[in-house]
Amino acid sequence: MTAARDPVPLALEIRGLTTSFATAEGVVRAVDGIDLELRTGEVLGLVGESGSGKSVALRSLVRLVRAPGRIEGQALWLGRDLIAMPEADLLEVRGKEIAMIFQEPMTALNPVLTVRQQIDENLKAHTGLGRAERARRAIELLDLVGIPSAAERLNDYPHQFSGGMRQRVMIAIALASEPRLLLADEPTTALDVTIQDQILKLLLELRDRLGMSVILVTHDLGVVAQTCDRVAVMYAGRIMEVGPVVELFRNPRHAYTWGLLGSIPGAGAVRQPLRSIEGTPPSLADLPPGCAFAPRCAFVTDACRQGRPALVAVGPDHRSACVHHDRVARSDPAA
Amino acid sequence: MSCPPEAPLLEVRNLAKAFPIRRTALQTLRCTRRRAIHALNGVSLTVRRGETLGIVGESGCGKSTLARCLVRLIEADAGTIRYDGVDVRQLAGPERRAFNRRVQLIFQDPYSSLNPRMTVRQTLAEALAVHRLRPSREIPNRIAELLALVYLPRDALDRYPHEFSGGQRQRIGIARALSVEPECLIADELVSALDVSVQAQVINLLLELQDRLHLTVLFVAHDLRLVRHISHRVAVMYLGRIVEHDRTDRLFREPRHPYTQALLGAAPELDPTRRSRTAAVRGELPSPVEIPAGCPFHPRCPHAFEVCRSQRPELDRRRGGGWVACHLAMAPTPPTTL
Repeated sequence: MTAARDPVPLALEIRGLTTSFATAEGVVRAVDGIDLELRTGEVLGLVGESGSGKSVALRSLVRLVRAPGRIEGQALWLGRDLIAMPEADLLEVRGKEIAMIFQEPMTALNPVLTVRQQIDENLKAHTGLGRAERARRAIELLDLVGIPSAAERLNDYPHQFSGGMRQRVMIAIALASEPRLLLADEPTTALDVTIQDQILKLLLELRDRLGMSVILVTHDLGVVAQTCDRVAVMYAGRIMEVGPVVELFRNPRHAYTWGLLGSIPGAGAVRQPLRSIEGTPPSLADLPPGCAFAPRCAFVTDACRQGRPALVAVGPDHRSACVHHDRVARSDPAA
Repeated sequence: MSCPPEAPLLEVRNLAKAFPIRRTALQTLRCTRRRAIHALNGVSLTVRRGETLGIVGESGCGKSTLARCLVRLIEADAGTIRYDGVDVRQLAGPERRAFNRRVQLIFQDPYSSLNPRMTVRQTLAEALAVHRLRPSREIPNRIAELLALVYLPRDALDRYPHEFSGGQRQRIGIARALSVEPECLIADELVSALDVSVQAQVINLLLELQDRLHLTVLFVAHDLRLVRHISHRVAVMYLGRIVEHDRTDRLFREPRHPYTQALLGAAPELDPTRRSRTAAVRGELPSPVEIPAGCPFHPRCPHAFEVCRSQRPELDRRRGGGWVACHLAMAPTPPTTL
């Protein structure tokens, strides 16, 4: 069965996205030529360990990378290339059609402005609403993200909110411009598990109600399993495997994904050794030849060191950049 | 697994600790009420020799304060801690040092708990020298042994903490704790700062060492999956209290306290085919400064009724085993209309 042409229109098409930094040790590619599609209305997970390039990739899409970082490649948004478009056009898109939320709302929010001012700022910049309408809309937005007694809390400052409520405030600000795409960078990593659960459910509900597409960057495979439609697994700046969440968790086809899933304690085999991945992630300044995961891989052969494996179709809508994806497929995912 | 009939190694009764909040000058002038963070409000638990007790809870539940009070890094305000029959809070001088050797605390962030200006060799030698465990000529051999125990390469000895990855640093922290041949390890968020693939390495090491060295372990963590994987028994904390305490298998299979149920429900399951679209629990974590009256969980509890708002439920033994602090679970037949 070969993958048919997607029936769902693409929201974003990423081709050869590369973000490099000149460092003392040479040019380092934090994002190394990734190809990825985002479909309209879906939640796409971008998962990986620290240093895998997932956050840089997300920021590169809207060119939120400081010099000397260099972004190359294409990111086609509604037919326009976000990487190539003039700064002035990008300003129109960023914050309006494409909004972003971050891990730490306390550093992303302005501590000396009230929530009302920060929402109003966004409404003024990106909508044609008058003053009274903006005031009404600000209350609506806080209501939408589940902040109790919204009207009274509008005049509070960020520090007067708890961590979870602050994240809701940040989401409300992001939603003020009615974005078509929400970029979420570890939005629940700093939160406790019961609050994380509330925020993730909120994101899903908003996606449904507002018809947004979402890219969710996370290191937590549990969050991916509960929230995303499709997921791309990153390692050393590259995409190792991408596919529908259910399929990828049940049938991992990359040795890295397989190892990652085995590293998480499951329900069975209590107090038994976990299938850990030996070693540590490579330095980006000194990547091994061929597959970046080869030095830690349980399936490695000489073929893995010969050249960088291409991302190839291994199933309907499922691609893997593993030389041994067949052997991985035959290994018990829970073993 | 049946419990050994012997007396518990560690027995904690009604441990309490509050941290006063300093008032500003203005507040003092206005005679504002003195306030405090009530970190521990009567914690009781027992740990048997050789077992792993997991302690879980969200931020502010007091789990780290508990770990620190047990080794007297922080002095508790009230309550008793008995270790191997001895009252720990009364210990002084050489006895206290001996206790500190037998019970070792390992911290979450090895980067801030290791001296950045000491090589691994110096760090380990110091611990050995302080407790005079070995004659000085045997120290080099013992250090080599310790490195092998935690699977660090020999050439690690003369390197500094910053030269290691997070996982390796945590191994150094474990080696240092083990250098004094403790009986009991208290691991506070041992692997929380590590990536998942490296987490698994450290967890495997801990399990192996526990078997080889017959260690008793208190595993303090917020990650339910980890706690479930390594603990024999689990205590769930909420706002400075233990709300449920049971064998791991039973606690995860049939949690009885509504907070435990919410915590388990909120933890994102790894199976994408089993999703829920409603949040497991509403509301925010209350502040440990203003702990709600009655059951501290009642403002968020979906089952709360009149008694919950006024009376604090005690941690009671339940039929079929386990301890729960909930008015509802005490009712012989829970209301079916919930």
